[in-house]
Amino acid sequence: MGVNSLYKTLWRKLTASLVFAVTLFFFSPQVLWAQGAAAPKGDAKAGQTLFQTNCASCHNPVSKLIGPPLQGVDAKVPGGMPAIYDWVHNSSKVLASGNKYFNDLYNEYGKVNMTHFPSLSNQDIDDIVAYVDSYTAPSSAPSPSGAPSGQAAPGSSNSLIFGILTLVLAILVLILVQVNSNLRKLANDKEGIGNPKPVPFYRHKRNIFILVIILFFVGGYLLVDGATTIGYSKNYQPRQPIFFSHKVHAGINQINCLYCHAGAEKSRYAMIPSPNICMNCHKVIDHYTGPALHNDEGKLVDGTAQIQKLYEYTGWNDQEKKFDRPGRPIEWTQIHNLPDFVYFNHSQHVKVGQIQCQTCHGPITTEDEVYQYATLGMGWCVNCHRTTKVQFTSNGYYTIFTKYEQELRSHQIDSVTVEMQGGTDCNKCHY
Amino acid sequence: MSVKISGLPNEEKPGAEELERLKNKKYWKSLEELKDPEGYAKAVRNEFQEELPFGEKDDSYLSANTPRRDFLKYLGFGTAAATLAASCQIKVRKAIPYLNKPAEITPGVPNYYASTYAVDGEYCAVVVKTIDGRPIKIEGNTMSSVTKGGTSARVQGSVLSLYDVTRTRFPMIDGKEASTWQMLDQAVISGLTAAGSAPVILLTSPVISPSIQQSIQDFIKKYPSARHIVYEPVSYAAMLMANQACFGQKAIPAYHFENAKCIVGLDADFLGTWVSPVEFTKQWVTSRKIDPANPAMSRHFQFETYLSLTGSNADYRYVHKPSESAAIIIGLYNGVAAALGKQTLPNAPAITDQRIVKGIGKATKSLVANQGASLVVCGFNNPNAQVIVNALNEMLGSGGNTIDWSTRLNYHQGIDAEMEKLVNDMNAGSIGALIVYGVNPAYDYYNADKFISGIKKVGLTVSLNDHNDETTQLCKYAAPDSHYLESWGDAQPRTGYYSLQQPGIDPLFKTRQAMESFLVWSGTANADALTYIQQYWKTNIFPKYGNGDQWQHWWDQTLQNGVTEPLQAPAKTGGNFKGDVNTAATQLVSSAPKPGSVEIVLYEPVAVGNGRHGNNPWLQEMPDPMARVTWDNFICVSPSMADKLNASLTRFNEVNYHKPVARVEVNGKSINLPIMVLPGMHPEVIAVAVGYGRGGNYLKGEELKQARRNLGVAAASVGKNVYPWVSYNSRTGTFNYSSGVASIANNGETYLLAITQSHSSYEGRPIIQETTLSAFKADPEELLKERNEEYAKYGNDYRKDATMYPDQYPYDQGIHWGMAIDMNACIGCGACIIACYAENNVSVVGKEQVSKGHEMQWIRIDRYFEGDHEDPQVVFQPMLCQQCDNAPCENVCPVAATSHSDEGLNMMIYNRCIGTRYCENNCPYKVRRFNWHDWNGADSFEDNLWDDPVVLDMNKSLTRMVLNPDVTVRARGVMEKCTFCVQRLQTAKLHAKKEGRPVKDGEAVVACQQACPADAIVFGDANDKSSKIYKLRQEQKNRGYGVLEVLHTLPNITYLAKVRNKDEEDFFHYEELTHSL
Repeated sequence: MGVNSLYKTLWRKLTASLVFAVTLFFFSPQVLWAQGAAAPKGDAKAGQTLFQTNCASCHNPVSKLIGPPLQGVDAKVPGGMPAIYDWVHNSSKVLASGNKYFNDLYNEYGKVNMTHFPSLSNQDIDDIVAYVDSYTAPSSAPSPSGAPSGQAAPGSSNSLIFGILTLVLAILVLILVQVNSNLRKLANDKEGIGNPKPVPFYRHKRNIFILVIILFFVGGYLLVDGATTIGYSKNYQPRQPIFFSHKVHAGINQINCLYCHAGAEKSRYAMIPSPNICMNCHKVIDHYTGPALHNDEGKLVDGTAQIQKLYEYTGWNDQEKKFDRPGRPIEWTQIHNLPDFVYFNHSQHVKVGQIQCQTCHGPITTEDEVYQYATLGMGWCVNCHRTTKVQFTSNGYYTIFTKYEQELRSHQIDSVTVEMQGGTDCNKCHY
Repeated sequence: MSVKISGLPNEEKPGAEELERLKNKKYWKSLEELKDPEGYAKAVRNEFQEELPFGEKDDSYLSANTPRRDFLKYLGFGTAAATLAASCQIKVRKAIPYLNKPAEITPGVPNYYASTYAVDGEYCAVVVKTIDGRPIKIEGNTMSSVTKGGTSARVQGSVLSLYDVTRTRFPMIDGKEASTWQMLDQAVISGLTAAGSAPVILLTSPVISPSIQQSIQDFIKKYPSARHIVYEPVSYAAMLMANQACFGQKAIPAYHFENAKCIVGLDADFLGTWVSPVEFTKQWVTSRKIDPANPAMSRHFQFETYLSLTGSNADYRYVHKPSESAAIIIGLYNGVAAALGKQTLPNAPAITDQRIVKGIGKATKSLVANQGASLVVCGFNNPNAQVIVNALNEMLGSGGNTIDWSTRLNYHQGIDAEMEKLVNDMNAGSIGALIVYGVNPAYDYYNADKFISGIKKVGLTVSLNDHNDETTQLCKYAAPDSHYLESWGDAQPRTGYYSLQQPGIDPLFKTRQAMESFLVWSGTANADALTYIQQYWKTNIFPKYGNGDQWQHWWDQTLQNGVTEPLQAPAKTGGNFKGDVNTAATQLVSSAPKPGSVEIVLYEPVAVGNGRHGNNPWLQEMPDPMARVTWDNFICVSPSMADKLNASLTRFNEVNYHKPVARVEVNGKSINLPIMVLPGMHPEVIAVAVGYGRGGNYLKGEELKQARRNLGVAAASVGKNVYPWVSYNSRTGTFNYSSGVASIANNGETYLLAITQSHSSYEGRPIIQETTLSAFKADPEELLKERNEEYAKYGNDYRKDATMYPDQYPYDQGIHWGMAIDMNACIGCGACIIACYAENNVSVVGKEQVSKGHEMQWIRIDRYFEGDHEDPQVVFQPMLCQQCDNAPCENVCPVAATSHSDEGLNMMIYNRCIGTRYCENNCPYKVRRFNWHDWNGADSFEDNLWDDPVVLDMNKSLTRMVLNPDVTVRARGVMEKCTFCVQRLQTAKLHAKKEGRPVKDGEAVVACQQACPADAIVFGDANDKSSKIYKLRQEQKNRGYGVLEVLHTLPNITYLAKVRNKDEEDFFHYEELTHSL
């Protein structure tokens, strides 16, 4: 017992430190940005969110996309921040006013008008500028995907050590038992008590009985555990017609998920974007300049060739910059398959529940090829419904739960989970 | 269920014994339940009719040599097979986004387009729900003041006909595909030109579209010898002719049933089929609903020759022979005239039936008492009868009150004499060209042979029908019309009330809408329907209705609304009556059919209509509201006629589906039809529905196959075509739908009828509550007094105090869904059944399976009779899952596949169900449906589909486009039932949550409620004190009860007891029972 508890304590400590290390690793860039944000007047943290929601589909802080890189924009633009405010609020007006700097830019970037953002306040724009100024490209820092693998090595060697340790201890126990029994036999001989005919341990009835019991339970557990996951396809990672890297788009270039998957807030389907959405950017971005891409077999993938494939599908002539052929739709292989009897609605989770895409789709911003992150099993869904809290105070819908409101006020409960308002009822998903 | 009697005059009080008998009003579903309750109970004990494969006494299986080993073998095989099936590799599925997504489409989010349903003169303003580009559901458009958001079964079913696999898919010449439309057009145009001065006839169904009318006018301009003839197999010519004679207008005025305090229907099924049932139901029901603060109702008399939907809903119903119609119309006229001191009509035929004499007296009294607020409508296709009815209405001051001549109804335009003349001309060889559009005289003209021989003598024959139907097969050219959901169009149902039709999908096939065909043939430069309609509207309608708006803005707005109407309804005016009543009466009497000992009447069925909708499996499987028969027509006979036909009731019942077949001969043409005993029929009258037997009667083998290919599986040779029994009355110039001389004889054969009436038995438990208006007024609490007293024994709150688990389902916060069904409003039309089919992917099972009790409808309309079996009162009761808060089905499920939700819904989880059917057994309402076979291809084993031609038809990939993607398609071996349209409730909640507010009352609407033309169903959150359902339950406390609530099932559906506007003595049949059991 002593050994066992020691083992447990050790394990716990090691895990804790591991988690700590990983957490530290993940958060360090943010810490870095927060420090850097002290210089400009905006709030870089707020700016990051705003940038990703509004700007990232066309701009990158340090590299060219549809629009120019934004780092140092406050210094570059003649007229400083006020000129930038005007430009962001109504770019057409600035162009019409004959501003040379912006007109040059406009011509340089293929005469693509910048979307108007009248809803962004000056403070918002300050925040965004603060963010882009403080931004350091992830390629220079170790990529987040490197983090787990870097830390995984000591983790696995630990378990090896513990495994060897356990084996040694188990052999020790066996030896001790043997010694004990031999000693008892000797003692019996000495005292003249007859010893029963020795039986090899593997034919000992008691041992066989124990073995059968153990096998029954272990086997049963494995069987049931295995059977419940029949039909699950976790880690399913099919080859797609185009090597589309989410890491490049959502990770490095920080394009908001909803820019392409616009259905996630409106519909039951998140929607695979139609190629015309791709072409919003790829009319301009016709070759890949990012870090080398590798497929799951480790082979090098030519990013530019993938963009050419997109042109092939859409009928875009990159030389003459126009669509000159009939296109054909792209047949993606669906990764997340729910059976017909399950109704799942993205907008319920993304818009109402304010759930992050990553909660179910995993570290999508680090994946070159997407795989199924969650089991999508019912247990997985229900567990989340049991623990997740609804936006009880901020969403007016929940005002009909008057009793919970009172209980919250009198501190009988501290939050309302999805389950408490019927979120585990069968007909929330099955009808 | 007992009903207390109160407020009776002393002298009429019956004896104690009689009173006891009468107090216990007994409701019966079928005759055998009335005559032999025990035998009936035994017969319907099994919910499904077939014998189990092993009988109780058959122990051969158990005594076999190795039953245990066999058992283990099967068990082993079963387990292995299931494991294999379950662990098979998951299919690779593709996800294909749009190449260029249209801005208005978000996959998974439905779009709604206002449009117009106008087929065969039936009009409905609709909203089309399309999802991912395909129409899947039709709703009523509430912005129309004509149909006010109501729909009918046919309108609901029209979405399925879009995906009809037998629609003609390309233009044809001589039955073969024409490679291009140009080729066909050239041929047709040269044919038309070649016709020269010989008449070119456009033979169409009623055209209520002003643009199509205009395009036909263009056509006539181009071909001056052209004429437009409207033909209707079920004709309203007599009304048009009579109105021409009386008011100088060949039209039908607008009726206003809502203003009538006394309604007399003379063989006019205005709630089911007559003129415009949806519109009239909306009106009629406004005066039938009870305002608890001030209970008042119209009084409705119906004199009719068969048991119609309208008659079943009347307060007073009198059944008579068709040969007595003249006497009754004149009798009623004379009664009113005498009471008002006006001149009566001479030579009134005597009426021998004392019940009818009494009835006329009662109706007269009521009409006279409500002058200016009374309405008489007549469905008799005889102009003389219609003239007298016009005069009667005139005398009662209906004009300007319940009849409005300032707006007219345009639904019906056919003049029978023109059709008759056309057929003669065709046979004479004088017709140059015949273009048929929307009509099928080779099937539904009474003398089809003559039409067929005539059409062969016509130079050019073109059909614009959408199927290769009986008439199209005879035409050289077929220029198939697109479905209305694929076409642009418009309609003018009432004069001055316009409606636009926009497509919900591009044409699925190489079809072209009729209007464009007319335009091309008349040489219009731009034959685009939309352009033409816009042009028409811009010049004709916009100036009057635009109100100074910009054209484009106004057009967009109107297109979005679907309708445009006068800002203020024009003041109602009467007509200038100048009819000659006396001549009409003389002619009516002299032309009246001779009375016979067996008279026959033909009627249009509520679901299938005149036959046009034959290939709609939903409509075919919807039970006839009265006879509750599916997939067939049949002879309705009274119980006493059945006796005469040498048929004992134990054989002639609704439990045994093998019906004796009778040979009926009318006009020298005989047809064999199964006999259906229907209480409420006249003892000397038989009734048969038209619209069946498409393609021919008794088809077999290759002929049947051919007909199925052309007309569809659901239409071809289903039932018998009885149009040959229609006759043409040359004196009046109208079609006659009844005959005084019919002979009927039991020919000893039997025939399987799929009847649903005795399915789902309640084993005699009480479910209906009803009373009379006067009793209800006198003491509103009396109706449910006994029930309330009974419940009071358990404490203050029956719901909580009568249970051991008062806190089980508190529902003290959040949503608690509830429904109320007003039995005063429900007319039993079945629109809800078809709406449920469309919304919930309810399966079609085919005739054979219906006869085994396997029909899958989630909502049914139970028909109950009460009283005398020759003259019963009828009650309709929609029955669907009651979503009991204490549901008996839930606690017997061994796998928890049915359980209760926080919102008071009884949930059914298909993927969990293993099919023990315990729940079904334990459901006192019998609303659960079991998938006995694979109806949908949803089985885990492929190619397991039930081998019935209709089921296979419903599973063609084209037909499956009608499925609602938000509702699971159920597999074989699982139970299903009404879910309260939970997908709609979830959507409504999601909308509310996205906007951060509670669900608004009226936001969550269930399909049956939305479809109902009578607004009989109220639905909402009963926890919301401002909701309609909450208020209704409070206000209508004296009428609201739950069916079988004594079982403490706590149903979430409240039924409002039926109130009849009947005198007490009639309600309880104090008058001498003319027939004894």
